[in-house]
Amino acid sequence: MSDRLPGFSTLAVHAGAQPDPTTGARATPIYQTTSFVFNDADHAASLFGLQAFGNIYTRIGNPTNAVLEERVAALEGGTAALAVASGHAAQVVVLQQLLQPGDEFIAARKLYGGSINQFTHAFKSFGWNVVWADPDDIASFERAVTPRTKAIFIESIANPAGSITDIEAISTVARKAGVPLIVDNTLASPYLIRPIDHGADIVVHSLTKFLGGHGNSLGGIIVDAGTFDWSTGGKYPMLSEPRPEYHGIRLQETFGNFAFAIACRVLGLRDLGPALSPFNAFMILTGIETLPLRMQKHCDNAKAVAEFLAGHPAVASVSYAGLPSDKYNQLARKYAPKGAGAVFTFSLKGGYDAGVSLVSKLQLFSHLANVGDTRSLVIHPASTTHSQLDDAAKIKSGAGPDVVRLSVGIEDKEDLIADLEQALAG
Amino acid sequence: MNHDAYPDNYIRGILNSVKSIAMVGASPVNVRPSYFAFKYLAQRGYDMIPVNPGHVGKDLLGKPFVASLRDIGRPVDMIDIFRNSSHIMPVVEEALTLDPLPKVIWMQLGARDDAAAEKAEAAGIKVVMNRCPKIEYGRLSSEISWMGVNSRTLSSKRPPAPTQGMRLSLNRMSVGGGDTAASDRAAKNKSEQS
Ligand SMILES: Cc1ncc(COP(=O)(O)O)c(C=O)c1O
Repeated sequence: MSDRLPGFSTLAVHAGAQPDPTTGARATPIYQTTSFVFNDADHAASLFGLQAFGNIYTRIGNPTNAVLEERVAALEGGTAALAVASGHAAQVVVLQQLLQPGDEFIAARKLYGGSINQFTHAFKSFGWNVVWADPDDIASFERAVTPRTKAIFIESIANPAGSITDIEAISTVARKAGVPLIVDNTLASPYLIRPIDHGADIVVHSLTKFLGGHGNSLGGIIVDAGTFDWSTGGKYPMLSEPRPEYHGIRLQETFGNFAFAIACRVLGLRDLGPALSPFNAFMILTGIETLPLRMQKHCDNAKAVAEFLAGHPAVASVSYAGLPSDKYNQLARKYAPKGAGAVFTFSLKGGYDAGVSLVSKLQLFSHLANVGDTRSLVIHPASTTHSQLDDAAKIKSGAGPDVVRLSVGIEDKEDLIADLEQALAG
Repeated sequence: MNHDAYPDNYIRGILNSVKSIAMVGASPVNVRPSYFAFKYLAQRGYDMIPVNPGHVGKDLLGKPFVASLRDIGRPVDMIDIFRNSSHIMPVVEEALTLDPLPKVIWMQLGARDDAAAEKAEAAGIKVVMNRCPKIEYGRLSSEISWMGVNSRTLSSKRPPAPTQGMRLSLNRMSVGGGDTAASDRAAKNKSEQS
């Protein structure tokens, strides 16, 4: 039995899954059940007391979901993971473990518009105060640190413009401040960037995007890097203090380097309730098996489409980090050498009206509010995902009125370019 | 032995070969980690001996407490120390007076004493520090995967359907320590700072 390190594609197919003990089924079965029978009263008590490994109720854990959790933990190089109902649910569950009312967290200003809304409005109502910083100005993160700061949140490749964040530089700020760095790795997927290798302590995903990859299932996941020491200074009582919900167990002491993932499960998911359907877990797991193949094709197509757009007379500018002339190309070469992702924006000389006209003329690109599908997608962020922001905030987050966002799929690139060409010709 | 990151084969070899385990600091309080590690290892077929001078006269899951390692009165394969780092050395020194010597000294999650480890290793005893045998058994058997933990192992074999109290196979293909290297590095940095 050699201790060899299998490659990424092997893990994408195998990690977490083995033939079913009862039936021999080789594909992961969908354990579509709410609950699991106990062996006896003692077994039940051990499971409820977190003393034994096993299943109780699908809101706390499910065998299909567990395969997905181990798969993504392995791909990200983390110690454990927790799957939840959506990417947004992952963000709530993570911050619930870290913040008390009145606490602060620092977030990069360039984020998915839905996350900007969630942080600004929903989290505000919980008393979790977001402080914005500019990922292009690392010093702005340092300046935002206060004694109430409990975490820093960034996206590896930021929605919508596909800009690349300097994860290592921000992780240095987090370490100095003694707070964990949370990285939303949705747009990169671990095939392109593994944030834990660059200093992330927690990775979150919307599985809805490239990991699931087929636009058919919502999901989210939280990966624990096992790197953060939760015991210092009583700053993270959910992890360091005896938990009254579990007869005084201290999670870090009991679970060591995967205590954060356990806290998310037994204090977050159990009590807040955003459980992932086992059916969705199955769909997403099936998607992950081909992640390396799909992601490479997404990136290669995106680069070809970006190059085409950059040379088109109707296009004012293209923001794709994979282009040598792009502001983020240096960071892309460092963090995402296999490709700069497949979500990016471009702006049209004809402004807002030209954007609306383009979207209406496209035949292959679908006009909808998602990214990371096999199909190519297009949206006008200013009137949709980012519509709740004011104009200044739109421009700051890369979603000005003249901007169109693409999520390039895995079709033949010639067909995608032809579709854009005919739509721009009008 | 590099005590920052153990090869899976080292841990696997220990858990596959030891039969009796004396747990120093075993607690009868059922929310303490030592209690559930004791219970789990007993269920997986290890011959468990609780060592705790504060509870002599009582028993833990049917096994009588003894006050010290010397009071066990028979050879033990492994000593699992559930004490803080600062209380490790006297236990190791006592272990070194046993005849025959134990084959393994294991210090719990959070506990590490490099000087004590060196002494034990000089006497030919294998040492594991800052790990939990329950977690490692659950990881190498992949039983811990129910909790979304990265077992760092793979297998294409059909396992037997588990029944209560069954010994589980630990002989799965290892992904190596490399896959959670970030966590190992963080632990090393912490132990160097303290
Ligand atoms: C980068 C990023 N993070 C998080 C989310 C939210 O994920 P979900 O829609 O699964 O809740 C999205 C969705 O668009 C996203 O693009």
